[in-house]
Amino acid sequence: MEILDYAFMQRALLAAVLVGITAPAVGVYLVQRRQALMGDGIGHVAMTGVGLGFLLSWSPVWMAAVVSVVGAVFMELVRWYARTRGDIALAMLFYGGMAGGVMFINLAPGGSTSNLSSFLFGSLSTVSPSDVTAICVLAAFVVLVTVGLRRQLFAVSQDEEFARVTGLPVRFLNLLTAVTAAVTVSVAMRVVGLLLVSALMVVPVAAAQQLTRSFAATFAIAVAIGVSVAVGGTVTSYYQDVPPGATIVLLTIGAFILLTVLAAPLARRRARALAAARPGPDPAECSIPASRAADGKVGA
Amino acid sequence: MTTEPVITLRGVRAELGSRPVLRGIDLTVRRGEVVALLGANGSGKSTAVRSVIGQVPVTAGEIELFGTERRRFRDWARVGYVPQRTTAAGGVPATVTEVVSSGRLARTRFGLFRKADREAVRRSLELVGMADRAKDSVDALSGGQHQRVLIARALASEPDLLIMDEPMAGVDLASQEVLADTLRTQVDQGATVLLVLHELGPLEPLIDRAVVLRDGCVLHDGPPPKAVGQHALPGHDHVHPHAPADAGPIRTGLLS
Repeated sequence: MEILDYAFMQRALLAAVLVGITAPAVGVYLVQRRQALMGDGIGHVAMTGVGLGFLLSWSPVWMAAVVSVVGAVFMELVRWYARTRGDIALAMLFYGGMAGGVMFINLAPGGSTSNLSSFLFGSLSTVSPSDVTAICVLAAFVVLVTVGLRRQLFAVSQDEEFARVTGLPVRFLNLLTAVTAAVTVSVAMRVVGLLLVSALMVVPVAAAQQLTRSFAATFAIAVAIGVSVAVGGTVTSYYQDVPPGATIVLLTIGAFILLTVLAAPLARRRARALAAARPGPDPAECSIPASRAADGKVGA
Repeated sequence: MTTEPVITLRGVRAELGSRPVLRGIDLTVRRGEVVALLGANGSGKSTAVRSVIGQVPVTAGEIELFGTERRRFRDWARVGYVPQRTTAAGGVPATVTEVVSSGRLARTRFGLFRKADREAVRRSLELVGMADRAKDSVDALSGGQHQRVLIARALASEPDLLIMDEPMAGVDLASQEVLADTLRTQVDQGATVLLVLHELGPLEPLIDRAVVLRDGCVLHDGPPPKAVGQHALPGHDHVHPHAPADAGPIRTGLLS
């Protein structure tokens, strides 16, 4: 395992594991509340944070975290107060965030748009020791929220109206989900890149759903897929010298297709088992008697 | 039966968009009562119950739950709510148990489930006859079964008050009977019930009082209309041919 001899690869692999855990862990709630593209929007906003980080010579990871959290809170506020015209406001936020990132990075001393590229698509060699610290702290927050508050977040994401009647602080939990998604974007930025981070939030969940009937299993399998593709993509990227973000996302989509193909016979077998365990309603009404079906005179 | 009010609405007004939907509703539901809220589509009956739970903002008037002003009311474990079925759908599979467990959250501290909480969830599933489907995905259920799950979710916190929005809509006959039985058990144990109904149907014998809304105003508040009475409600547009009184028994079954 010469791959582990290099300090930068140790850091990249640690970051990959954390990304693989956190992105699907948040993504499962986003998918549940049908906001699958939210991560993409936050990724755009985070570019302004990266640009500001360069301009002010601060850690781009922390700056991206701060800016994307502010952006996510704003998006949640738009969702409350401007339901009808909300999409226009969000579009402006996303493109404003992207334009801000490009602008700030060009204003930074010695900065150019090429600096952005490693943040947009991910890069292994650039994960610095201070990045790893930031990623660990932020990932711990994400895991704490998504696992510790899983019942509350499940209830709010499943049925907001009912959650309110159970006395849950619905607005706070919605804000917390948005903030956690924003933090996850900052965690994933170094390895997967801002433009591809949303894929790692959504696709593992979609892939896991092909096999599962429960939320808990979907959560667990999505995280397992996330860790596998993040580590697999990072290792592949090292040996084949291909960009890690793109490799990880393509692997994730491959996993989705594989599981979809595998799931079809599984679902059929499950349906048969269900039908055998629970005899349906009296068959006298709806089925064609075997003798008539066999002689072929009754149309299909 | 005591006369302590559980739900009180005084002069409640509400708007959706800028259209007034409730135009000064007065309604009191006392402990142990079963009150049906009736009216045509658009009469404001759903908006009225949704204003009680705080889902629809009220522009004027007062709402009290268990004698506490609704904004200050915190004891949500005492309230079981069954929304219209369309509101409860997530983009990720969930089992019957997972959905019903949400209803128990009000009784837990920080969402930590103890043995008693798991048992309460199982009990409420047994009440609606869905215990054998506990591990199935809610997506695999029929409309009536799904409705039973939502009622189990409301019962999981062992509430004193049940608020139900059209619990019988799109529910098959077998499930309607299960629901009526479940409700009867709850009422026998002293539960207070406010339900929105399109028609009284199989719940009729349970209902103490009917409140009829029209255009956001209370039109009738009193004993439920009996026998053919419900056909006279405003907006009731059922058209079914009535057999002459001297006609023989109606044969509906294929074998009769």
